[in-house]
Amino acid sequence: MLEADNLECVRGERRLFAGLGFKLGPGELLYLKGRNGAGKTSLLRMIIGLLPPEAGEIRWKGEPIKSAGEAFRADLCYLGHLNAIKEELTPLENLMAAARLADETLSEDEALDALEQVGLAGREDLACKYLSQGQKRRVALARLVQERRPLWVLDEPFVALDVAAVDWLAQLISAHLQRGGLAVMTTHQPVDIPAGTVRELGLS
Amino acid sequence: MLGVVTAVIARDLKLAMRRQADIVSALFFFIIVVSLFPLGIGPEPDLLRKLAPGVLWVAALLATMLSLPRLFADDHRDGTLEQLALAPHPLGLVVTGKVIAHWLVSGLPLALIAPVLGIQFDLSTEALLVLTGAILLGTPALSGIGAIGAALTLGLRGGGVLLSLLVLPLYIPVLIFGAGAVDATVSGLGGEGHLSLLGAMTFASLGFAPWASAAALKIALE
Repeated sequence: MLEADNLECVRGERRLFAGLGFKLGPGELLYLKGRNGAGKTSLLRMIIGLLPPEAGEIRWKGEPIKSAGEAFRADLCYLGHLNAIKEELTPLENLMAAARLADETLSEDEALDALEQVGLAGREDLACKYLSQGQKRRVALARLVQERRPLWVLDEPFVALDVAAVDWLAQLISAHLQRGGLAVMTTHQPVDIPAGTVRELGLS
Repeated sequence: MLGVVTAVIARDLKLAMRRQADIVSALFFFIIVVSLFPLGIGPEPDLLRKLAPGVLWVAALLATMLSLPRLFADDHRDGTLEQLALAPHPLGLVVTGKVIAHWLVSGLPLALIAPVLGIQFDLSTEALLVLTGAILLGTPALSGIGAIGAALTLGLRGGGVLLSLLVLPLYIPVLIFGAGAVDATVSGLGGEGHLSLLGAMTFASLGFAPWASAAALKIALE
């Protein structure tokens, strides 16, 4: 489903990696590992198509993501290290707006249910600027609850979460893998994802 | 296709309503700058009538500039711009929505308040109507052209000043024909020709500017 070969990344004057490739099929999870500055986030941004690789190619369902364009983006869900939530809007409005912009159907009940799952019940009508850092992260993660697009690309999803939330998110990701989804993620914390095939890719 | 445009407009309008200080401050800037001229020049109706179109238009350009730096900067800072770029639509449509929303909260209020301010310059009713029409027709072009500048200077330090240097020269045609429409009406020549050209500029910039901005945004996101 997702293949990359011979990827090269140059940031500024430095070559971060070259000749990098991987293959990922349905139900598989790719862990990107490496020290700070090894190019994990750069690789993620290449996979989602925001950063064109210096050399090499990434293919989704056999087609290069550059030419697949909107068809690829319709299959992609990206969670960056920024939360992509609006401080002025409430968690509920944030979820509804994000779904509308991504062309997904999300009913208000589904959104409320997602917020309840991430432990924000009772906070859904409070503007996000009054929430704590961890709670804002939870609003961002609530997007994943109803997310049925096959490819998840997650940049440090476990940052700023407490132990219970880390377990909950690991369950969510493994449920996604069991449905036949794919996931690519970076993390510094060792987290057990109970289901699916886990591949590792080390960047040095 | 149009769903994404309306979705972006609805979101941006909702955000603007939660942050009314931004709209109100640009509007008051416009009111104050325009009102300073009659006070400074003194009660000379002939001179004021002559100055009015230029003063109102220059103030409108500057008031539009005030809100431009934040057009994409807020979305860029909190990560929503990435999500917009990853939405399964052409980014140009998303930017079209943002430009329309920007006009609704910055250009439209200027057009609505302009006739009231025009009274200070002793403009005739006909001239006031043409002034309102010209600002209504011309300000969408300002939002469109401004979006290109805002996208090009996104993420730069001191981008605000650079943005003014980049965008204000491009506003000159709108200024000339906008002020010209009122001038021509006051002198009895009729401002229809100027208004048609303003309309043409608005349509051209609304068709072209979002795609140019989208290309600049993609570079900024790399």
